[in-house]
Amino acid sequence: MHQVASERTDWNAIREEFPILREHAHGHPLIYFDNAATTQKPRAVIDALRHYYEHDNANVHRGLHELSARATEAYERSRQRVAQYLGAASADELVFTRGTTESINLVAYAWGGKFVHAGDVILLTEMEHHSNLVPWQLLAARTGARLRFVPVNEDGTLALEQLDSLLTSEVKLFAFTHVSNSLGTINPVADLCQRARAVGARTLVDAAQSVGHLPVNVQELGCDFLAFSGHKMCGPTGIGALYGRAAILDSMPPWHGGGEMIVSVTLEKSTFKKPPYRFEAGTPNIAGAIGLAAAIDYIERIGRPAIFEHDARLAAYAMEHLAELPGMRILGPSGRRGAIVGFVMDAAHPHDLTTFADQRGLALRGGHHCNQPLMRKFGLPGTTRASFYFYNTTAEIDRMIDILRDAARFFS
Amino acid sequence: MSVELEELYQEVILDHARRPRNFGELANAAVLVHGDNPACGDEIHLGVRFGPDGSLQDIKFSGHGCAISQASASMMTTKLKGKTRAEATELLRAFQDLVTGETTKQSQNLGDLLLMQGVQKFPQRVKCAMLAWRAFEQALQQTAGESTVSTETDFSNSGFRTASPLG
Repeated sequence: MHQVASERTDWNAIREEFPILREHAHGHPLIYFDNAATTQKPRAVIDALRHYYEHDNANVHRGLHELSARATEAYERSRQRVAQYLGAASADELVFTRGTTESINLVAYAWGGKFVHAGDVILLTEMEHHSNLVPWQLLAARTGARLRFVPVNEDGTLALEQLDSLLTSEVKLFAFTHVSNSLGTINPVADLCQRARAVGARTLVDAAQSVGHLPVNVQELGCDFLAFSGHKMCGPTGIGALYGRAAILDSMPPWHGGGEMIVSVTLEKSTFKKPPYRFEAGTPNIAGAIGLAAAIDYIERIGRPAIFEHDARLAAYAMEHLAELPGMRILGPSGRRGAIVGFVMDAAHPHDLTTFADQRGLALRGGHHCNQPLMRKFGLPGTTRASFYFYNTTAEIDRMIDILRDAARFFS
Repeated sequence: MSVELEELYQEVILDHARRPRNFGELANAAVLVHGDNPACGDEIHLGVRFGPDGSLQDIKFSGHGCAISQASASMMTTKLKGKTRAEATELLRAFQDLVTGETTKQSQNLGDLLLMQGVQKFPQRVKCAMLAWRAFEQALQQTAGESTVSTETDFSNSGFRTASPLG
């Protein structure tokens, strides 16, 4: 129903809906290619935040007055919207968090603390963002569990032929990214979840780089947990969610204690609400949740298949023209991939390139992209990364190529 | 080309980056310091040998990094060779003040190093310029042996207060 054909989408009109894209940087029109770090916000999301604070602001779930009722309704409607967007069976399966990192930490503490024991294995991949690595290192240190990794091939895909030997019955959880934030690789999530289920392992999908870019349906993927951030999909910072299958969330103890998450409290002990409230201690990010729902409305209006198609075209165009530059090495798979292109140029270090580009109004990212082990594996101190979203254009990519060509000349 | 960029990447600096001086391993180094900038993966290995009078008889570096960190290391070693510990310490402070913009009065002793002043306008790059000097600061604190320093530890008094947005 949301499958608006790409050729009928007026991408220029959509671009106009992002006020920040009219900014200049160092005197040049801004070219924003750091979308894997955070995306820009459309007017509709900014207006939703403003409307909330100007008309409905109050605390949720406890006030017996008009504004509290409005805020509560808007907050819970946002939860419904997120559940619908992800294809969850019920809104009770969605816990609002600060973002992907907090969602993963929630699972590591609440679920991991109860179900992971010494000798158990957490299976990860070598391409995980630090946010899907460090929480498991901490859990392993607390419990005596071991970490195991699916290797990454030279072309940026997972070495899936090794999966059978890694995914053994000791594995309690297989946690992996949907789309790699430095390589652009799209992992076969449904297949990985099915294989994990076959050995009795739970699955967690880091969907930070996918939910705003391609269709994601938790029931079709068959995952147990899925984590994402609002700010990488046109929403505000500081809001995200954890999807968890109802039966699993029910079995988990709370992790943060405080108001909102309790049924009754005595000085000695407390009883806790059912999920998702059990995991939302304290006043939540109400405005953030409302802004996230507005971002979802906005994305759904364009349609994720159209967005994916558009972004894939930009990535292919960028890869084709980057390859024409001297001393260029592009990372990641050459086929179907996300709108993320990491590369290294012989002529200049990523930091020099990004500083040079910035002075021409081009926002790139240079460094290890929170993928230090992966960079080490590829023998790189870091890469330069261009990451696109639906408001970017091929004309902007042409300018990037010109700037990088100038940089190559300048530094060599 | 912007003025800021030209000031940051002056021809002398680019020349040091392309053809770093005193690059390689120092034979019979008394002190070896490994410095790294985890924000970007830059690494430096600094070898120092002191003379009988305690002065810096020889100093060499190896490793990899951006143009700023490589040029800074190259220019530092060129400048420091033959200096006494007191002179070297004074240069360290003066250079740090220069790149962080802590002071408006420049030490004329810095000579060529004054060319690195352009870094002031690029707070994210101060760590790049300071990496080699941070390693040298550690080298001064030991008379022998091997050690490791990072731009991410204890910045309270060393010009590393700017959090890198590049991590």
